[in-house]
Parts: sequence; C-alpha cells; structure tokens
Amino acid sequence: MTPTDKAGAAPGTLRDGRRLRIRTGDGRGVPLPLLLPALAGLAFLLVPLAGLLVRTPWHSLPGLLAGAQVWQALQLSLICATAATAVSLVVGVPLAWLLARVEFPGRGLVRALVTLPLVLPPVVGGVALLMALGRNGIVGQWLDSWFGITLPFTTAGVVVAEAFVALPFLVISVEGTLRAADPRYEEAAATLGASRFTAFRRVTLPLIAPGIAAGAVLAWARALGEFGATITFAGNFPGRTQTMPLAVYLALQSDPEAAIALSLVLLAVSIAVLAALRDRWVAAG
Amino acid sequence: MTGNHGAAAEEARAGFRADGLDARLVVERGTRPGGGAAFRLDVTLTVAPGEVVALLGPNGAGKTTALRALAGLMPLTEGHLRLDGVALERTPPESRPVGVVFQDYLLFPHLTALDNVAFGPRCQGASKAAARAQAAAWLDRLGLAAHADAKPRKLSGGQAQRVALARALATHPRLLLLDEPLAALDARTRLEVRAQLRRHLADFEAVAVLVTHDPLDAMVLADRLVVVEEGRIVQEGSPSDIARHPRTDYIAQLVGLNLYRGKADGHTVRLDTGPLLTTTEALTGPVYVAFPPNAVTLHRDRPTGSSARNLWRCEVGGLETHGDQIRAVLTGELPLVADLTTVAAAELDLYPGAEVWAAVKATQTHAYPV
Repeated sequence: MTPTDKAGAAPGTLRDGRRLRIRTGDGRGVPLPLLLPALAGLAFLLVPLAGLLVRTPWHSLPGLLAGAQVWQALQLSLICATAATAVSLVVGVPLAWLLARVEFPGRGLVRALVTLPLVLPPVVGGVALLMALGRNGIVGQWLDSWFGITLPFTTAGVVVAEAFVALPFLVISVEGTLRAADPRYEEAAATLGASRFTAFRRVTLPLIAPGIAAGAVLAWARALGEFGATITFAGNFPGRTQTMPLAVYLALQSDPEAAIALSLVLLAVSIAVLAALRDRWVAAG
Repeated sequence: MTGNHGAAAEEARAGFRADGLDARLVVERGTRPGGGAAFRLDVTLTVAPGEVVALLGPNGAGKTTALRALAGLMPLTEGHLRLDGVALERTPPESRPVGVVFQDYLLFPHLTALDNVAFGPRCQGASKAAARAQAAAWLDRLGLAAHADAKPRKLSGGQAQRVALARALATHPRLLLLDEPLAALDARTRLEVRAQLRRHLADFEAVAVLVTHDPLDAMVLADRLVVVEEGRIVQEGSPSDIARHPRTDYIAQLVGLNLYRGKADGHTVRLDTGPLLTTTEALTGPVYVAFPPNAVTLHRDRPTGSSARNLWRCEVGGLETHGDQIRAVLTGELPLVADLTTVAAAELDLYPGAEVWAAVKATQTHAYPV
C-alpha cells in the first residue's frame, strides 16, 4: 500500500529478469524452433528499413529535400501533429481522470469505446468523421449553417482527423499512470481543504506529468504518421492538407526517389521520438 | 448546500463553541467479490477539546476506518458527527475543520517541505506569500526551519513526520487525526519522535484522535485509550486503568498480563475454564483475574511446603527471549505466560514439551469485577 509499491510496480522489472535469464541461458542453447522464427521476425522488421537506407539516392538527396513542397509538407505535418496533440491533451487528460477516478455505470463500456479508434481502420475513422463533421454530417451541417465552420478538406480537418486517432493513445497512457498513482495524495489534499479540482491541478497533475508527457509523445507520433483518416476526411491538397505521409504516397507514384527521401525524413523523426522515449519503453528490454 | 456546510465549517474553525467531538460512527461494508468479509464499525466517541484519545486495536479492527470516517474520506452508514456543536456528517472532507497526519505522511513529493505546509493555508484562501509565511512559522515551531526547501524524499522519517504534523496543524484544525503516527519510523527515531509528538499534542488546544496498534505509543501519547476490536469498543479508560484492568485477551497481551475470567466467591475464583485461583481481593460474582508473567515461578517437581496456593501442572509450549529474560508459554490446566531469568531457565532445563509446575502467589494476582 505504500506509494512505492504502486508507482514502482514496473512491469518491466519482472520481464527484465526473465529475459536476462534466457539470454545468459545457464549454458543451455536456445531451441531452434524458437530461434529461427525469432530471427526471421527480426529480419522482417529490419530489412525494409535497410532497403530504404540502401536505396536512398544520397547524392541527389539534398536536392530532393530542398524542394519547397517537402518543407511545406513537413511543416504542415509538424504543425498539425502538434495541434492534434494539444487537442488530445485538453480533452484526453480529463477523460483519463474520469475513467481512472470516478466510478459511474457503464465505465467499462466507455473505456472500450475510447479505445475503439485504436483498432478501427483509420480510413473507416475518416469516413465516420465525414458522416459526423462533413458539410452534411450530423454535427457538421450545424457547424456550417450556424458558425460557417467547415472542417473537411481543410487544415483544421487534418488536425481533427489526427486527433481522432491519436486521442486514445493519450487517454490510455494517462489513465494507466493515474491508476498507478496513489489516490491517497488526493485524499491528503482534500483534508487540507483542496476541492477535487484543486487537488487534481496542484497534486495529481504534477505527479502524473511524466505519464502525460509520454502519452503526448505517443499521440504526437501517431498523429504525425496518420494517413488513412487524414486523406479520407481532409483530402490531399499541397500546402493545406498534404502531410508527409500523404506526400510520400503521392511521390511514390511519380518520383520514387523523392518518396524515399521523404520517407527518410519521417524515419529520422521517428527515431528521434524513440530516442526521447528510450527511458520509458525501449530500455525496458 | 455546500455554502451552508462551508459556513458551518467556518463557524467551527472560528471556535464559537468549544465542546469538542461527539460522534457515533457506523460504517458498514458488505462482502466484496474480491473476498473481503462483511464488516461493521460501530463506535461512539466523545472527546473534549485539549484531550488526546488513542484508538487502540489489532489490525483490521476498524481503527483506520473510524479515522477516515472522521476525516470525511468515508461516508457514514449511520450515526452522527458533531465537532464543536456543528454537524459534519454530510460535509465533504475539504470543508471539515479536520487535519490528518497519514501513516506514511503522504507529503506531496513534488513540493518542498515549505510548500507542503503552505498547501492548506493556500486552499483556505491565503495569498501565496501569506501561506508561505505561515508555513515557515510552523516549520520553525517544529524545529524544521533548516529543511524548508527540502523535497520530502530528502527528509528523514522523523523530519517527514514533523512536516506532516506541521502541514495538518497549519489549517488550524479543530480535530487532529493521526493514523499510526510512529509506525513508519525505525526504533531509535521512534523514541525521539514519540517524545516530541507528545509535547506537540499536549500544546494542541483542540481535539486529537490517534490510531495505533502499539500500546506504548497509545499510552505515552494519549490521555485516554479507546480499545477497538472487530469494529466495536471493548474497553475505554486512562492508560493506567487499562494497563491494570484489561478486559480482553488482546489488551492483556498488549500490556503483558495473564488474564482470566471467572466467578469469585470470597478469595477463591473458579475460572470459566475450570481451575481455581486464590486472590487477595475478596469479591463475589463474575470477575477478571490478572497477574504479570514475572509473578509466575516454575518448578520441575511439585514444590512441597510452598506458600503459593495457586499451583498448576503445565507443559512448556514454547520459549522465547524477551528483553534479558526468557518468556515461557505454558499450556495445560491453565495456559499462561511466565518470565524467568536465563539462569533459571537453564537450571530448570526447560525445553518445549517439558513438564513443569507453575506457582503464583495470591498477593501477586489482581481480581476486579467484570
């Protein structure tokens, strides 16, 4: 029941130990029926990346990346992913708190619905967004006629599509952190005169900040790579809705070398994200 | 509604009426799917301002539940809770004039000691500067001025305990609750902190209720003990009264006495389990008889011409060191605990299973009515 028990219940610790034992093996060999598929799996993951690097036209790379369209797409990607992350934070952290701290009927169902976009094909998400927020959508028609707001096929639409797929990552990550955090700190705050909101703002939020940061990075990475929902809901207009993944796909049709160059940029960004998260997930191995 | 409670709490905080705590706490918990048994706490507490009451009891007796109910962290199933004449049973914890020192302190790890203590005043509407000034004064008063800027993990157990006390006191509570205030400390720190805490509690002018399973903590810190077992109060009284006249096995064990229940007829008590016991006091009717373990003398052969009229044949159930003595747990006619010196234990050649005669002088026993 001590805070360390709860917060320190790192699932990695046990796994660490177990993996270590397999690795040292106590002088016993690794069985081939396990080793061969494992190596095949590893190769399956790494060979495509190697292919990307091998086929990169390193000499013409600066020229390919110098094109205005590349930077336009990258800039749009970064801006939209960041905006989508911000949207996810604003609504996702309170949603995670609600799921972790408040008991209400149907909580399990709500949690399942929140995670639905995780398993939903993004294209389906995009179609669903069109049905909801499109010009004739159930919400979109009111947005259009009352406020003159149109979301589909706009930069704002990109943010909406990306937030739709990224939000569950943030909610799940933050909810997990909240569950691991000792709720008695909130009780202590209450006995000191803090309202539930004050306790959340001044005690819980600082305590779960690392979890929120990790969730935000995860959501941001997911938003950055978003393709299906974006192209369905926001289309593919250079400078307005054409993000990097869309640009890569489009370039592949006309100029494969450009596609490789663009992919390389995304790969670099992904590796940077992985490096930023290494303490949390990568180092768990 | 909240406004009303806020006003009530405000009134209580200002201390318009100073008649302390008057509560009947009933908390029911049904059987849980996880395997938790059904539990019912039903205790009545009245505590005068300035008085320190200890809820003493074994783990799972419901002490902490009572404390949480007083703090408002757990709703009452029924009963009432009045503090200085103000009904608080429906008041949320943040509006109760109650301060809590939690067992593991629960100092906010991201705040310095000073900001931990300033947290309460801030919540009560003080400006940041004013709250910090108040907090600094409290830390100073508890001898922690040098640690104001330290984060909780940099504090020793004793320091953390005092910061937690300062944090609770800084809200000017009319009811101070302490949950196992010394349990998280090692033996040496405990001694020192216990003495300090006693001083601070003595200075505290409102109601203080502490929860502990340690009889020494309870007896040193509290003016009055309330012993709780299985959700009910089994005995109440001053520490010395409880130490002399235990009424349950649990308390007898805590204060280190052999305790029996029986029916007295003059100087003879027929114990409920059968044997006879001769006592100094002449009583009639149901009584308790108690005697300390060091009043028992052990013999390998039946003593002849012994003045002890209380003599029983027993078997050694177990031996353990107890301070610089050997404590023998005896089974047989009369189960009892006897303390003897290491030398005596060696001379008697005691071992588990050995047969012994246990004798107790009537003058060493103490009988009192149920």
